Amino acid sequence: MIVLYINVIILCLLVITAIAINQQDNLFATTMLTGIFSLLSASLFVCLDAVDVAFTEAAVGAGIALILFLGALSLIKYKEKIKNKISFLGFFIVILTGSLLIYGLQDIPAFASPENPVQTYLADRYIVASEKEIGIPNLVTSVLASYRGYDTLGEVTVIFTACIGVLMLLGRSRGDYKGIVSREKS
Amino acid sequence: MEHHLVLNVVARILIPLIMLFALYVQFHGDYGPGGGFQAGVIFAASFILYGIIYGIERLRKVVHPSFIRSLSALGVLIYVSVGIAGVLNGGEFLNYNVLLEDPRTGQHIGIIFIELGVGMTVASTMILLFYAFARP
Repeated sequence: MIVLYINVIILCLLVITAIAINQQDNLFATTMLTGIFSLLSASLFVCLDAVDVAFTEAAVGAGIALILFLGALSLIKYKEKIKNKISFLGFFIVILTGSLLIYGLQDIPAFASPENPVQTYLADRYIVASEKEIGIPNLVTSVLASYRGYDTLGEVTVIFTACIGVLMLLGRSRGDYKGIVSREKS
Repeated sequence: MEHHLVLNVVARILIPLIMLFALYVQFHGDYGPGGGFQAGVIFAASFILYGIIYGIERLRKVVHPSFIRSLSALGVLIYVSVGIAGVLNGGEFLNYNVLLEDPRTGQHIGIIFIELGVGMTVASTMILLFYAFARP
């Protein structure tokens, strides 16, 4: 029961942080609030017993992403440009997407329901057999690296591809690096 | 920010600890929470901290961009090689059972290697992103 209260409190804090992010026009404060949002979601994941996901969220969302945002902020101005015009098309699209999402939510099984298709055959199979088949105690790692090794390969390739994309857009050419090194030497 | 004495001293103490923790997360992922993704990000964080405190140029001398670029490709290569090693030993792609005689030891070795590949790609990608965004 107490976990439920903690979950509700964290969810409320998440909503408050999201509203604060939306209200803020100082981009530095927005970035910091995004970090707080990530940290709050990480604690929510801990409450939901998803320690590995919480770990990733804390390291990536609250750590590296914040640094990258700050790096991007150093290239632009700290103030957001305020647009006073209200876009009715945008408002319509937001309402439409939101109602579609709520409509889609009607079909999903109740939270933590035992009849959830995920819980009925695959999870049991992993919990029972993974210790015997893989021989390592952390179930998440054996699912991620062995049973779903192909998916993880895809994830790594996505990260690598994203890296190539960013470098092609923002990275400096090889000559620039040489220029920096030679300037330092002289 | 090198002239800030407190930052300088704290970074000097923290950077090796962060690296050690990253290695722990990397190779202890079989037993506790963690794995290649998290370890890679934490490992990159130590380099990024170095870059923030001592300047981008000094970080470029520590890890050269072209070296770190090849490292990010090498990670994916290690992952795929483990998969192909499974095929060569007569199993399916990414089947670790056939890597060694004992299937469970094979699974263990396979998982350690692919996590290493994941960690290398993630860490070098994060450092490269930092290079791309940060201006001296």
